[in-house]
Amino acid sequence: MAKKAHDTPLLDELKSGPWPSFVEGLERLAGDKDRPYAEMMKDLLGQLEHSYETRTGYWKGGTVSVFGYGGGVIPRFSEVAEEYPASKEFHTLRVQPPAGMHYSTDLLRKMCDVWEEHGSGLIALHGQSGDIMFQGCTTENVQKAFDGLNEIGLDMGGAGPALRTSMSCVGHARCEQSCYDEIRAHRMIINGLLDEMHRPALPYKFKFKFSGCPNDCVNSIHRSDFAVIGTWRDKIQVDQEKVKEHVARVGRKQMIDTVIAHCPTRALSLNDDDSLDIDNSSCVRCMHCINVMTKALSPGKERGATILIGGKRSLKIGDQMGTVVIPFMRLETDEDFEQLNELAETVVDFFAENALEHERIGETIDRIGLANFLDGIGVDVDPNMVSHPRTSSYVRTDDWDEEAGKWFERKKVGAE
Amino acid sequence: MTDKVMPRRANESGVPDPFPHMHPLLKENYGQWAWHDRPRPGVLHHVAHTGDEVWTVRAGTQRQLDVYSIRKMCAIADEFADGHMRFTSRSNVEFMVTSQDKTGPLIESLNQAGFPVGGTGNSLSMISHTQGWLHCDIPGTDASGVVKSLMDELHHEFTHEEMPNRVRMTTSCCQINCGGQGDIAINVQYAKPPKINHDLVANVCERPAVVARCPVAAIRPAMVNGKPSLEVDEKKCICCGACYPPCPPMQINGPESTKLAIWVGGKHSNARSKPTFHKLVAAGLPNNPPRWPEVAEIVKTILFAYKEDAREWERMGEWIDRIGWPRFFEKTGLAFTKHHIDNWRGGRSSLNASAHIHF
Repeated sequence: MAKKAHDTPLLDELKSGPWPSFVEGLERLAGDKDRPYAEMMKDLLGQLEHSYETRTGYWKGGTVSVFGYGGGVIPRFSEVAEEYPASKEFHTLRVQPPAGMHYSTDLLRKMCDVWEEHGSGLIALHGQSGDIMFQGCTTENVQKAFDGLNEIGLDMGGAGPALRTSMSCVGHARCEQSCYDEIRAHRMIINGLLDEMHRPALPYKFKFKFSGCPNDCVNSIHRSDFAVIGTWRDKIQVDQEKVKEHVARVGRKQMIDTVIAHCPTRALSLNDDDSLDIDNSSCVRCMHCINVMTKALSPGKERGATILIGGKRSLKIGDQMGTVVIPFMRLETDEDFEQLNELAETVVDFFAENALEHERIGETIDRIGLANFLDGIGVDVDPNMVSHPRTSSYVRTDDWDEEAGKWFERKKVGAE
Repeated sequence: MTDKVMPRRANESGVPDPFPHMHPLLKENYGQWAWHDRPRPGVLHHVAHTGDEVWTVRAGTQRQLDVYSIRKMCAIADEFADGHMRFTSRSNVEFMVTSQDKTGPLIESLNQAGFPVGGTGNSLSMISHTQGWLHCDIPGTDASGVVKSLMDELHHEFTHEEMPNRVRMTTSCCQINCGGQGDIAINVQYAKPPKINHDLVANVCERPAVVARCPVAAIRPAMVNGKPSLEVDEKKCICCGACYPPCPPMQINGPESTKLAIWVGGKHSNARSKPTFHKLVAAGLPNNPPRWPEVAEIVKTILFAYKEDAREWERMGEWIDRIGWPRFFEKTGLAFTKHHIDNWRGGRSSLNASAHIHF
């Protein structure tokens, strides 16, 4: 006979209110009496209620994987399995979604079918790295669930000291501000380095993220080791008639207060005829004016990306944002994309060979200095890499002339 | 010999190709979009250089989705959106339709199904969050519960575009901060050193790795009750919890000592000002399930002070940059303490090295 559900007075309080309730969803699964996962979800609710009562978590890790892969499964064993035996194993499979998180209902329904058969019926869309998280699977069923998901075209994501699942913004698919083909870059790099995801052998995690413009909708600067942020090198495209229409609609004061005055480098000026004067050489491609006047302004025509390396959260040296390593890489032709791919491989190789155990690439750069990192990956220094030159005099400059010579040499080659 | 069935070998297909799943109109106009506007909260309208137009209706979800909720969305997508949808990085679902006429019935259908429509433009979008007690092995709290409680209270700000600029909130169940940076972040902040179960350390933990993990070198190997274990210099310990994931016997959480802290002013966009990290404004809040009322009260105070006082297009951090931190603490009624002053590496750069003073 089916076991009675645990009383969950605390969780029950999360069923009211206008926002969709995850507790109601868990209860639907626990009440699904014809399904094998119903008992598991009853005990899961019991354990979660117990956590709410005691303000304590009760999961521990372990080792569970699928044939041929070293990562992607997050094992969870209950520490209170005696009281909640049916959910004693509640593992997660991290699975990579289609780039840009586009789904057909056909794919979503197939995912549900597999997870109903082998898992718990609970799917998170999506985890913070961008994985589909199939949550709640017994050790015995992990392989079956993965086989089922793999057969509908999905592959495991990353976990542990490995290349992690990546994320790209909606970009080219539905955004006029997109400056490169995010899906192409995302799939090219991740699928090229897939072995580093499936067989974890890096010093620590490594994340790529792809945003089509400096609005950075997937938060690549904070949250990825290798951020590809779309930008352009030529002039902002302006439709002056649309600018005038905008000024006529919102008024001159509003235009000055919300557009001109917000330009971070004072590159904008409103002409007497209500057209816009843009000092493109002072513009830093922040996106603000383009965000406000979506019809009148758009990114320039020579498009590509800025690449920033080393973003991460506190552990262990404090928060780090990605910092500029490539100020501009054109991303239009096959050759351009190949160049991006080569850089990605070079940086991951450098990380594999030079980072200490449990060290993110941002920490490696902090330890060895940006100049040594650039030397290691074969990239020349550029003033766009710093907020300002050093303020400390504690530096040896014996080879100043030689280093200055390299700069002038590069300038000469660039001019030719 | 028994017949051993070899497991199936994986098809290492990697990131799936999204084009077979993408709405046909998005596929046809890939890279060809010209401009967009927002006809109403929760709806985006994009126009392509080809003249094609698409309307997107965005709705909030609970992120932790049961198959029934997913199938409900699928039914809505089949009825209105040609069988396609996509998700945003904040767990909002988006349905694309080919005429504006379809947005009304679609919105009605989503509302009936319990998915609030909004999260666009100058609204509060869904709070990005972590796993918590439901699934994490080191959680101090339950992100899903904190988020559900807050989104219930802030529902109006999701479904309306009344904020000065977009508001992006995050929650995290430990100081690793998987939830990321936000205009407002609600994160666990531990308030005591780890309590060590010395009977388990030798069997469970790789001791040198744990010693190496500590950011302040407060952990050293020790023999305790005749067993190899670890000890913590509690005067040095900053209660960060970094030793806990590699060594679960170093229990950092406690029902009373695990607190919540609130941070403000994080921003990843480059628009106007450079991206910023969020800054600590309140700590020591009780971890109080199931609805964390003390947290909700402070979050609402901060959010509504911003809503009332910030200028159009100012993000939370930009608003505070203008009015100054003294006025922020005055307007929110929060205490400014010695703990707000950063003493970590590089912390001096956050001190005011000028005579620029807000009065």
